[in-house]
Amino acid sequence: MATLNSGVPQGDLKDKWTQYKDSIDLVNPANKRNIDVIVVGTGLAGGSASATLAELGYNVKTFCYQDSPRRAHSIAAQGGINAAKNYQGDGDSTYRLFYDTIKGGDYRSREANVYRLAEVSTNIIDQCVAQGVPFARDYGGLLDNRSFGGVLVSRTFYAKGQTGQQLLLGAYSAMNRQIARGKIQMHNRHEMLDVVIVDGKARGIIARNLITGEIERHSAHAVVIASGGYGNVYFLSTNAMGSNATAAWKVHKKGAFFANPCYTQIHPTCIPRSGEYQSKLTLMSESLRNDGRIWVPKRMEDVEALREGTLKATEIAEENRDYYLERRYPAFGNLVPRDVASRAAKERCDAGYGVNKTGEAVYLDFSSAITRYGKEQVLLQGEDPNDHNLIKKMGQEVVKSKYGNLFQMYEKIVDENPYENPMMIYPAVHYTMGGIWVDYNLMTTVPGLYAIGEANFSDHGSNRLGASALMQGLADGYFVLPYTIGDYLSNDIRTGPISTDTPEFKESEEKVKDLLKKLVENKGKHSVDYYHKKLGNIMWDKCGMSRNETGLNEAISEIKELRADFWKNVMVPGGLNELNKELEKAGRVADFLELGELFAKDALTRNESCGGHFREEYATKEGEAKRDDKKFNFVSAWEYKGEPSEAKFHKEKLEFENIEVKVRSYK
Amino acid sequence: MNLTLKIWRQKSNTDKGSLETYPISDVSEDMSFLEMLDVLNEELIEKEIEPVAFDHDCREGICGMCSLYINGEAHGPDRRVTTCQLHMRKFNDGDTIFIEPFRANSFPVVKDLVVDRSSFDRIQQAGGYVSVNTSGNTQDANSIPIPKDDADTAFDAATCIGCGACVASCKNSSAMLFVSAKVSQFSLLPQGQVEAKERVINMVNKMDEEGFGNCTNTGACEVECPKGISLDNISRMNREFITANVKK
Repeated sequence: MATLNSGVPQGDLKDKWTQYKDSIDLVNPANKRNIDVIVVGTGLAGGSASATLAELGYNVKTFCYQDSPRRAHSIAAQGGINAAKNYQGDGDSTYRLFYDTIKGGDYRSREANVYRLAEVSTNIIDQCVAQGVPFARDYGGLLDNRSFGGVLVSRTFYAKGQTGQQLLLGAYSAMNRQIARGKIQMHNRHEMLDVVIVDGKARGIIARNLITGEIERHSAHAVVIASGGYGNVYFLSTNAMGSNATAAWKVHKKGAFFANPCYTQIHPTCIPRSGEYQSKLTLMSESLRNDGRIWVPKRMEDVEALREGTLKATEIAEENRDYYLERRYPAFGNLVPRDVASRAAKERCDAGYGVNKTGEAVYLDFSSAITRYGKEQVLLQGEDPNDHNLIKKMGQEVVKSKYGNLFQMYEKIVDENPYENPMMIYPAVHYTMGGIWVDYNLMTTVPGLYAIGEANFSDHGSNRLGASALMQGLADGYFVLPYTIGDYLSNDIRTGPISTDTPEFKESEEKVKDLLKKLVENKGKHSVDYYHKKLGNIMWDKCGMSRNETGLNEAISEIKELRADFWKNVMVPGGLNELNKELEKAGRVADFLELGELFAKDALTRNESCGGHFREEYATKEGEAKRDDKKFNFVSAWEYKGEPSEAKFHKEKLEFENIEVKVRSYK
Repeated sequence: MNLTLKIWRQKSNTDKGSLETYPISDVSEDMSFLEMLDVLNEELIEKEIEPVAFDHDCREGICGMCSLYINGEAHGPDRRVTTCQLHMRKFNDGDTIFIEPFRANSFPVVKDLVVDRSSFDRIQQAGGYVSVNTSGNTQDANSIPIPKDDADTAFDAATCIGCGACVASCKNSSAMLFVSAKVSQFSLLPQGQVEAKERVINMVNKMDEEGFGNCTNTGACEVECPKGISLDNISRMNREFITANVKK
C-alpha cells in the first residue's frame, strides 16, 4: 500500500485556486495550435471541456457513442444546478456551499477540490446565461431558485424539469461554434476501446467506428475521459441504455487507479419497476420534494386494502398517514439528502408498508402543495377563498408550471394522473460518486490522462447532493481542466505531432481487435442481456442500498463465476465490420463484470457506513449510518493487477482543516 | 396481448431493404414500445437471427435518439411522447404494427431502423449558438432582466430534442420546425440578439443546402412533435428571416 499525493496547493483554503492559477505554466496561443487533446464523452463535462479547450486554441478531437454530442445523458438531468449566488439573500455563500457539499458527502471528499467547485459555481450561471440558456425567471425578470435536499438555502437554478437538457444544449452550442471553425474534430458514433500509453504518458486512443466497425487510431498530447459513471453495472438504473464504464475501465487497466467504487447513489424518487422486461428506471426529480410529501399508511390494514385495490390513497385519512421523513428528520423533513431518504423508504417497505403490489413503493403526495398554491392564487386574483374546486384547479396550474413535464412523464409511464392521486416512487440507482482517481489537477495516476465529471471520484464524497452533478460537470469542463491541463501541456510545446504509427498503437489496436473477434466468434447460448441482468441482480441484492459482509463475499464469488460463464457462453450475433449493437453491449458488459467485483471488494474493505455506502454491521440503534473516522478517513484507490481480486489498495488520507468533522445529522 | 410486427430490415445504406414479419406474443401493456422490441430481439438472438437495429439511449424521452415511424406516425399513435415513452397499452391484442425508419432524403438509412441525422448537427453548426467564449468572465447573470414571458417562450422553443419527427412527418421533409425552434430561442433572448440576423440567414441556408424541403403549413410537424414545439416558431423564424434579408 502506498499513500497517494493529491497535489493540493499550499495556502489558505480560499486562496488555493487563485494562487494556483497565478503560478502555473501557460502555453502561448501559437503553441496551442500545435497541441492536440482527445476528449471522450460529450456530456456536461466533456462538452464544456471540448468547447473551452478549442476556444483556447488547442486542436480537440472529441468522441461520443451517440449519433450526436447533444444526446449525452447529462441531457436527462432534471431538477437544477447549484451555485452560491445568494440571489435570494438567504445566507448562502461559497463557504456554505462548500460546507453543505462536504457534509452531504459524509466527510469523504477532498476539501480543496470541493472549495474550488463552490468557488467557480457562480461563474457557471453567468456563463450559461450568456450562452442563452433559458433558466426560470420570476416576474421581475431575474433568475429564480428552488431548494434541494441536504441544504437550508435556495441555491438551485433550474429550467423547469429540463435543466440538464438546457445546460447540455448550451455546451453543445459552444461545441458547434468550434466544430464549425474546425477546432473540434467531432467523431460521433465512435466508442473508445483503449488508451495508448507511450513512454508513460497518455498519447492517444483506439476507437471503433460503430457504423463501419473500423478500428481507428487517434493520437493526442493528452487524453481526457469524460464518459460518465458506471450505474449501469446494476442493469436497471436511471442511466441511459448506452451509459457504460468501458472508457473508465480501459484506462484503469492501463494504470489509472479507480477510487471508491462502492460509493453509489441510490436516488429516492424513481418510478417503481413494473415487470421482468423492464429495461431502465425513470427518475422523478428531487425538486419534487420541494412540494411533495412522502408517506406510507400507518395501519397495515390500509396497506393490504391498497394492494387489493379496495382502497385509494386519497381515501386514507390524514391521521392514518405516516410522513416518515418529517417524523424522523424534523429539521430537513422531505428534503433530507438522497441516501437518507432512500434508506428510509427501504426501511418502511422492508417493514411491510410498501403501497403497491410488489411492496416496493411509497407515496409522493402533492395535495397539500396544490392547496397551498391554490389559496395563494385565489387571494392574488381576488377570487372566493372558500371555493375549494377553484383552489384545487389553480393550485394544479401552479404545480404544472413548475413540474409539468415530470408529471406528464409519470402519467405516460404509470397511466395514472399524479395531480389527482399521489405518485408512487421507489429508490433506484442513479449516480456513482466513485470513479477514476484524480489529483487536484484532475489528472489520473497516468501522466497526461485526465478524468472529469462523473467519471472521476473527486467532489461528492460518499453521497452527492442534488443539483451538484451538473455543477461539477460544468465546473470541471469550463473552468478547472482548461487551466490544469495547460500546466501539463506547457511541457509539450516542442513535442510535435504524435505519430500513430508506433508499436504502442499497434499493440493496443491488436488487443482490441482480438477481444472483439473473440466475442463475435464465441457463438455461445446466452444473450448479452442475459448476463447483464444477472449481474444487475447480484449488485442490487448484495451491493445495493445496504450491504453486509456475507452478502459481499457471495457477490464476489458469484460475479467471478458469472464472468467465467460469460466468456464461455455469450452469444453475439452479427459481424465485426458493421453496425452491431449486440457487440457494443457485449464489450461494455464484459467490463461491468470486472468492475462489479472490484465494487464488492471495495465495499467489503470499508468497514464503516458512510453516505451511500451502508454496511448493516455499522449502524446506530436508530438505523443511521455509523462512520469510523479513525480508521476510514481516506479515499480507497485501486490499482489494476490482473483479476479484480488482485487489485492493489492505495490510500489517500483525507485532511479536514477547515471544517469540523462530526456526525452527519439532519434531525 | 399477441401482435404481428412488420419491421423494415435493411442490412446497410446500400442495401435495398424490405418489410419482414415477426409475430410476438405475451406482450404486457405496461411495457414500453422499445421494451417490446427488446423482447423481440432476445427471441431473435435465441433463434440465431440478427436482432433489429434501432436507435435509443435515455429512454426518458429527452435525448432524442429514438425515432421510428409506427403505423404511419413518427413516434407512434400517442401524443407528446417519443417512442421510448410510448407504451403498449396504446395497442390492442391482435394488432399488426408497421415499424419503419424515419424517412427523408436528408436522413439516410444506416441499418434497419437506424438513420443518419447528422444534417441536424450541421444546421446547428451553421449558427445555432451565441458567440461567447466560455471564459467565465461574462457579466453577472442577473445584470440583464428578461421578461418572464420571453424567458418562458424561449424555454419552450429550447425544449426541442432534435429527434427529427417533424421532418419524418412532413410530406416535404421540411426541417422548419427544428430550425425555427433554435432561431426562436435565441431571438427571444437579449443574449442572442446581437447576431440574430446572421444566425437566421446562415441556418436557413444550411437547411436548404442539406436538402430539406419547404414548409407548406400543413402543421403535421406540430402534431407529431413529442415536445409540442409550436408552429408559432416557424412564423417567428420567417419574420426574422425576412427582416434580416431586408436589413442586410
